This record gives sequence, C-alpha cells and structure tokens, in this order.
Amino acid sequence: MLNQKKYTLAIILLFLAVVVTALLNISLGSVNIPIQEVASSLFGFKVEKDTWRYIILNYRLPKAITAIITGSGLAVSGLLMQTLFRNPLAGPYVLGLSSGASLGVAIVFMGASLFGASFAGILLSEWSLVVASSLGSLMVLFAVILASIRLRDTMAILIIGLMFASLTAAIVSVLAYFSPASKLQQYVFWSYGSLGDLSWDEVLILGLFWFVGILISIGSIKNLNSLLLGEHYARSLGTNIKKNRFMIIIATSLLAGSITAFAGPIAFVGLAVPHLIRQIIPSANHITLVPAVIFGGAILMLICDIIAQLPGSEFSLPINAITSIIGAPVVIWLLVRKRKFNF
Amino acid sequence: MSSKNSNKVLKTEDLTIGYKKKSHREIVASGINIEINAGELVAVIGVNGSGKSTLLKTLSGIIQNIDGEIFISNNSLLNTTPDKLSKYISLVLTEQLLSKNLSVIELIALGRQPYTNWIGSLTKRDLKQIMYAIQLVNIEEIKNKKCHELSDGQFQKVLIARALAQDTPLIILDEPTTHLDLYHKAYVLKLLQKLSRETNKAILFASHEINLALQLCDKLVILKDKTALFGTPAELIENGALNDLFPKELIQFDSKTSSFKIK
Repeated sequence: MLNQKKYTLAIILLFLAVVVTALLNISLGSVNIPIQEVASSLFGFKVEKDTWRYIILNYRLPKAITAIITGSGLAVSGLLMQTLFRNPLAGPYVLGLSSGASLGVAIVFMGASLFGASFAGILLSEWSLVVASSLGSLMVLFAVILASIRLRDTMAILIIGLMFASLTAAIVSVLAYFSPASKLQQYVFWSYGSLGDLSWDEVLILGLFWFVGILISIGSIKNLNSLLLGEHYARSLGTNIKKNRFMIIIATSLLAGSITAFAGPIAFVGLAVPHLIRQIIPSANHITLVPAVIFGGAILMLICDIIAQLPGSEFSLPINAITSIIGAPVVIWLLVRKRKFNF
Repeated sequence: MSSKNSNKVLKTEDLTIGYKKKSHREIVASGINIEINAGELVAVIGVNGSGKSTLLKTLSGIIQNIDGEIFISNNSLLNTTPDKLSKYISLVLTEQLLSKNLSVIELIALGRQPYTNWIGSLTKRDLKQIMYAIQLVNIEEIKNKKCHELSDGQFQKVLIARALAQDTPLIILDEPTTHLDLYHKAYVLKLLQKLSRETNKAILFASHEINLALQLCDKLVILKDKTALFGTPAELIENGALNDLFPKELIQFDSKTSSFKIK
C-alpha cells in the first residue's frame, strides 16, 4: 500500500515511454522523418514536405497504433493466462491460442477455395477473418480449460497447449496441400506477422475488439487478485469462480484472436512482458500490473517494429521473427537468473 | 455458557459428510451435531483420515454435505451464495498461495474484498479494519515485507490477520499448526484463544495438538468411528470419549493430568 505511490509513478513513466517510443516508431523507417515534423503532422500543423504527412497519416500512424494494440493486448492476455492457470509460463502463444487462431485464418484463406465459391463470398470479408480467428482461439482455450479441470498438473496443461499447436499445424498443412498457390502465399505472408498492412478501417475493427477485451480485463482485476490466493480462498472471498473464469476466457480470446487475425501469430510478447514488468515493478497486485503490462506490451512491440523496419534501409523483416529473437532469450535469461518465476 | 439464539454462529443438525461419486456415496462421518457460539474456540480432533478436513470443507461450503443441515448465523448454508457467505465465514487453509510476491499488507487487504467496490479500492473503514487486524496478531514490524520473506510461523499469523480483516463472525482454520515448532504451535493456538475472547468471533480449527487443544479450547469436536462427539473438554473426559481415541497399546489417555501419554 505504501508502495502504491511508487508504482503509480512507475506506471506514469511507462506511459511517457509509450509516447516517446511511438513518436520514434513513426519517425524511423525507410525514410527517416524528424520528430518535430512527426509531431506537427499529428497535430495538424504545417509540415515541410507533403509526402511526409502522407506517409505518416496513411502508413506509419496506423502501423504504430496497431503495434500498441497488438503489444498491449497480447501482454494483457498473457497476464490473465498466467494468473488463471497459476502458471508463469502461460501465454496466448504457448497455450496454443495463436495456433487456434491460425487454424481459423487458414480456413478462411484456403478453405474458401475448397468449400466452393458461394461460401467464399461470405468468408472473405474483413470481419470474417477476425471472427474465425477469435473462434479458433476460443476453441483451443476451451479445450485447454477442460483439460485443466481434469489435470491439476500445470505442466500437463502446457504440453496440451503444445499438442494443440502441432495438431492445428497439421490441419493447416493439409489445407495448404490442397490450396492454390496464391491462397497459400496469402496465408504464409500472414503467418510472418505484419503490423503495417492495415487500413484505417481494419485498425478500427481491431481497436474495437481490443477495447472490449481490455475493458473486461479491467473489470476482472478484483477477482484476479483474489485468485492470487488460490481458488478456495477466492471463493471464500465471494468470487464467482466459474463466471470469473468465463470472463477471462472471453477477454483473452477476443484479444489474442483479433490481434492474430490482423497482425499474424506473434510469439513471446504475451509470455515475456508480464515477467519483464515484474522486474521493474515487483508487485503481484493486478491493479498495478494490468496498466503496467498494457504500457509495457505497447513499448516492446513498438521497439520490435522499429527493429523490423531496419531504419534507413528499404527492407523490413517479419515482425514475428523479431519478437521471437528478442522474446526467447529474455525468457531463458529470466529462467536462468531467477531459477524460479515469481508471480 | 448459555446459548442465546443470536449468539449461535454455527449449528449442524444430523450432518452427514462425505464425497458424492458417480456410482455411490462415500460417507466419511455422520450424525454430526455441533453448536458453536460467538466468542468460542473450538477444535476438531481426530486421527489421520478421520475426516477433519472434509468436515471443515463442508462447513465452509467448499464441498456439499450429503445429508443433514448446516446453519451459519441462523441461515441455511444451502441457500447462501458465495458473496453472502464471504461475510459470514473466513478461511485459513493449508493450500499453497499462487503468489507469495504480495506484501503482507496487500495480502491482508485482500480480506476486505467482500466489502470493496468493483475494482477493490480500499476505503478508510477498510484500512482501519486492516490495521486493527495487524495490531491484533501483533505483526506491525513485518507488515511491509513480502510474503516469501517470512518464516512459517510469521506467515501463519499473516493468514490469520487476513481472516480477521474479513471481519466474519466465524473463522475456520485447517491445521493452522502444521510445520510449526512446539513454541509456535502453542503461540498460534494461544493467539486464537485470545482472538476469540477479544473479538467475540467463533473460531473453529482442525488440529493434531490434542494436549494443547484440551487446555485452550472451549469445546471439542472429536471425529472417531465415522461419527462425531461434541462437548467441553471436561464433559468429553468425563464420559471417556478420549480414552480410545488412539490404539491403547501405544498411547493412553491419563484423565488425572488430562493428557496423552506413551505407554
């Protein structure tokens, strides 16, 4: 409680860091635009070159917003999973949520041609991608929950997540085998992950899903805290365990599903950010952790995107590769250093 | 002690406890009639596997009873929702916490959840109750430590403070003295006695510390041969309920000193 003030300060600093990295993210790229120019074009002042304004408003700004949504959404769903499953290694990617979402997306991209043209019309709108992907992750999450009720062993749950990942990967390869090359290519590019290809309309749809998911997460803060004591204690404190579990599942599916649909399967952010935040803010209280993780996820994603853009060069790398290259060593480092994860 | 109706914190009528399985019901104990009033310290005693945990879990609503009735502050447990029950019963369990990264004061503050708003912010009244709980169990000097920095004895006191902060007429503790040395065992049970007197709360706990319980408790529940005996220590000693609690060839009850001796 006494630390709360210190934590509030840390959260404010994290927020400022989001603003700074976002500006940096917009300014850096194949063409580097000075930060002042970025700020003036964002606030509608005069900009030196009109092309800069065009690049910023139609390309870089939606990309930066997507990065913020993606990073914060995945990080929050990772935090929710870790508390719900009582497992520090849980996260949307590890538990197979992203693979479930991939399956949904694969069916939309490649199934359309298999199931006939009339079906394809329904399947290939912007919304269908989000819905299919959210349904995919929801399906996997329900399966994991069912398994977790039967198996108290948390390691088993992770292994089940891995099994789901390979199962969905197998179904995806079967679909891929029968698909025309153009559809397959569409899917492969999607699976590299990308923050940059979204139109403002798509950003809006993604933002809507994100908003609902984050809202439910914030509403679950009190119950998440009671879950820190274990389920029996939580119930004795008046927590409705089943309803609470349901709400958390819905929130994570909306977040992980919609993000995966638009930005591709992005690894490690969900798992790593909550742990990185706990290094800075050694609190278990979700009233501190949820906002800190939201900002932390956004910062990490913005930085990963800056790296992926290879500022000054004309190339860019797949974002999924960058998050893995940064995320995997971070998790290993945490494990080796601490030996045991602290919640 | 006279039992006025308003004082009655917990009452069971012909309670049968056990586990419902698909094909059959496994009965652990039946014919349990106990009555606990405000301000009383009551121990549940019995050998391993006699059903102490099952009884406490049933009384706290974690598992359902098979037969009979349970009344918590004159309300049937069956009709009490978890959020309502959280204002009647607080628990101290043996299960591991998910997180020991909470500070002592944060953990105790979680005891106020039944009273806080949707996001769990603490009012002045909540803070007052938390400070009162901390002062009652005398843990002021460790209140800002993290839970993983505490010894088993200190942690047990923190859990008790959390239950006190929940401010319920009944506190149920499952084996609060395991993992503790003899001094801390006596200390914790003595603390429970003090708390029951000072706060007028009913405290029910399961324990293997029969000798200590006989000296400190107002009443005992003895689980034996799939049923329960209930009464004051003096009553139970008088009607010989303790004599065959353990196999006689090894441990015997000495009614003169009111304690168990190895033969």
